[in-house]
Amino acid sequence: MVVAVIPYSMDDMKEMLEYMGVSSWEELFIDIPTVARKDGINIPSMDEYELYRHAKELADKNKDFFHMPNFLGAGVYFHFVPPAVLELSARSEFYTSYTPYQAEISQGMLQVLFEYQSLIAELTGMDVANSSMYDASTSLGEAARMANRINRRKEILVPENLHWEKESVLKNYIAGLGMKIKKYPLNDKGMIDLEALSSMITKDTAAVYAENPNFFGIIDENVTRIKEIIGDTIFIVGVTPLSLALLKPPGEYGADIVIGEGQILGNPISFGGPLLGIFATKMKYVRKMPGRLIGMTRDAEGHRAFTMTLQTREQHIRRGKATSNICSNEALCALMSTLYVAYLGSNGLKEVAKKNMDNTKKLMDMLKSEGFSAPHFNAPHFNEFLLDLPKNPHLVNKALIAKGVQGGYPINEGCFRGIGHAMLLCTTEMHREEDMRKLVESLKEVL
Amino acid sequence: MYRQARYDEPLLNEMHSTEKKDIDANVPTILKRENLELPNIPEYEVVRHYTRLSQMNYAVDINTYPLGSCTMKYNPKLNEEIARMFLYLHPYQDESTVQGALQIMYELQEMLKEITDMDAFTLQPAAGAHGEFTGMLLVRAYHEFREELEKRRNVLVPDSAHGTNPASAAMAGFNVIEIPSNKEGMVDIDALEAATDESTAAFMITNPNTLGIFEEDILEIAHIMHKNGALLYYDGANLNAIMGITSPGKMNFDIVHLNLHKTFSAPHGGGGPGSGPVGVRGDLVDFLPVPIVNYDGEKYFLDYNVKHSIGKVRSFYGNFGVLVKAWAYIKRLGGEGLKNAAIRAVVNSNYLKERIKEHYELPYKELRKHEFVVKPKNATALDVAKRLLDFGVHAPTIYFPLIVHEALMIEPTETESKENLDRFADIMIKIAKEADEAPEILHEAPHNTSIRRVDDVLANRKPVLTWKMYMEMKEKGEIDY
Repeated sequence: MVVAVIPYSMDDMKEMLEYMGVSSWEELFIDIPTVARKDGINIPSMDEYELYRHAKELADKNKDFFHMPNFLGAGVYFHFVPPAVLELSARSEFYTSYTPYQAEISQGMLQVLFEYQSLIAELTGMDVANSSMYDASTSLGEAARMANRINRRKEILVPENLHWEKESVLKNYIAGLGMKIKKYPLNDKGMIDLEALSSMITKDTAAVYAENPNFFGIIDENVTRIKEIIGDTIFIVGVTPLSLALLKPPGEYGADIVIGEGQILGNPISFGGPLLGIFATKMKYVRKMPGRLIGMTRDAEGHRAFTMTLQTREQHIRRGKATSNICSNEALCALMSTLYVAYLGSNGLKEVAKKNMDNTKKLMDMLKSEGFSAPHFNAPHFNEFLLDLPKNPHLVNKALIAKGVQGGYPINEGCFRGIGHAMLLCTTEMHREEDMRKLVESLKEVL
Repeated sequence: MYRQARYDEPLLNEMHSTEKKDIDANVPTILKRENLELPNIPEYEVVRHYTRLSQMNYAVDINTYPLGSCTMKYNPKLNEEIARMFLYLHPYQDESTVQGALQIMYELQEMLKEITDMDAFTLQPAAGAHGEFTGMLLVRAYHEFREELEKRRNVLVPDSAHGTNPASAAMAGFNVIEIPSNKEGMVDIDALEAATDESTAAFMITNPNTLGIFEEDILEIAHIMHKNGALLYYDGANLNAIMGITSPGKMNFDIVHLNLHKTFSAPHGGGGPGSGPVGVRGDLVDFLPVPIVNYDGEKYFLDYNVKHSIGKVRSFYGNFGVLVKAWAYIKRLGGEGLKNAAIRAVVNSNYLKERIKEHYELPYKELRKHEFVVKPKNATALDVAKRLLDFGVHAPTIYFPLIVHEALMIEPTETESKENLDRFADIMIKIAKEADEAPEILHEAPHNTSIRRVDDVLANRKPVLTWKMYMEMKEKGEIDY
């Protein structure tokens, strides 16, 4: 074992033990029962260079976006993370700090998180955003719990095309409250069936959840009419934050809580984690909301200052009666989103969003001109759309992989009402025309 | 002397913005956005803004950060470099194209099993508290399967427990019952025995506990739970004290969560991301979230075939970037290195305790593990914490655990030299003397940080939570800062 490369030293221990009047370190462990002792850990060590080479070999076994065109989305997305964002987030003053419990010495992170809350509030059109949840699915779970805290009702209505992973997380988050999930249908445009939804609202309905764009990538203008239908039922809207550079913020059509996947703003996709749960609401519900909040105040000399606030909602104060158990959150991901939005500005953000829409349109057009049935639903799309397939999408994907292309998220026949074999294809600003061409050509070959 | 950087740094929205452009996209008229209030700032100004903010932030890479129960150990840079090799992979890619990533996850599962003596792990939970919640969902599922959930409504926690424990149990729908500590600072076994019966679903405990004291009766505690049909849950926040010397498995725990950002050196990220894998043994394996990563002798694969799985606790497979860092740390140190880290962490903690115990009160018994709790003799914990900042070290965790009034919870970790510990002890002693001789220095602290003491009461009374809220309140004359 090469002690010199491990991140601590055993050298000056003898002197310390002498000071304590202890003959060996073992005396410090005499309170551990002999029968519960463990005889070390059987894992070999590696030196720094050896491990670096090993990791590199493992990394080379993967095919990342730059080595294989990839058309997956379904919750997390390939977006380019500008070097300025990566570099600044790698400043160890940020990433080796922890929750800013001591505000005076942590103003940097606190201000960044205040800026994050501000920009999420702006994008979503809500009064207040917390400084992060784990991901969109856990934000949804927390939103349902919050709705129950507000109105004590027990049912949440979700769209029939909700991603199964989100549904599973939601189910687990509300199980302890005895809440139930019910699904409302979409119409033949893939948009919310407002009449059906309306007929499902009862005095037990705690919340209605709607996504825009929805799981099929459809920009659903029916979301603007939900609040008038559901009245005082809590209206939760799930967003793709980048689309909000172009789309009306949910705050302007009556949302009570807005959630979404913040990875999209400046965080690498990183095999699905870490992610960033966006969570925003109205000021009148602020004391019911989960998660950390950063507030502005002043210091003893009257200067502007930032600090964690409204902490009596949180587990370290309220314990079993807290609004959530969340402690460690996704602060560094929130920081990266802040950097991303700061870097792009309103102009850049709109441009990137437009490029995303344009690319989606471009791929749909290319497929159509080659005789494919795309998109399944005739509606405006953001990032994603459904492509109907004549056979099992898993088999199609296997064949595509053999051609060096990763196809879309497979939708099995019978998964969703009215949809047979299909795949959810996704493009972002990162997809070049030649990537799309490769997909279309390969699809033609394998089908 | 310490002096933190101080800039009168504007908020992003207050910075000079170049002209805004209108960009027309093909969206339905009714959903068209009218206004987007975000500034347009050149790259170099953005970089300067956040670089300056970083200089107003304290971190492990600057100096000692003895935040109790948070294990603020040094984060080796190799981990960061390795994590950057895996940035542009999608979780739904064909398994043949992510064999390297899956191998890392599989190996991490295996190594965590070896460290904890558990039978299987899920890497899905995103943080420690999320792991606890997952654990409580497993407790639910286990009792539900045995048709006992209706009667097993109670989860027991010691009064010294982390706040997340009762919060997680409550979130999963259990009633929380607190078990008092005895005068030694350990769980009162008689009280525990009296509180445990057929209504008990589980007991959540960390060992060593939040006082840094090892629960010597842990095997007896396990016996009380198991004979009553209840489960024993291990909060792994304090695993750094015992790696390689004992393990949750050896102590007869049924469910364990670990904090990869504490024990296994993944950085804390200013509050997160963390990672809270959950390990279980015996029958509980059948309830774990899906997928688990498996290996068939030729290839690694995502295994959704878990008999009575609770499903998902978050999307995808966990905070992969954090998993990679923990994997790298464990691989590099190996079993012997991990054990030495635990030894050194405990030696550091006890040495620091010995250095300052004449100057601060040390409630409960003497022998501690990786952390210890003291209280000031003649000052508040808050004043001592704020004064520590003046010397360029971070404060301990304060006012926790709740069973010690004015608690200062100190965890130096293994990555501090004797020299650093001596310096920290000297500062603590100096502050204790100041508290006697010139207490106003403490009341007015900190002096050397980028700002002076914040007004938390005002922050609560007049919440200002966004830039827009700030502008509106300023306009109405409700605030003057």
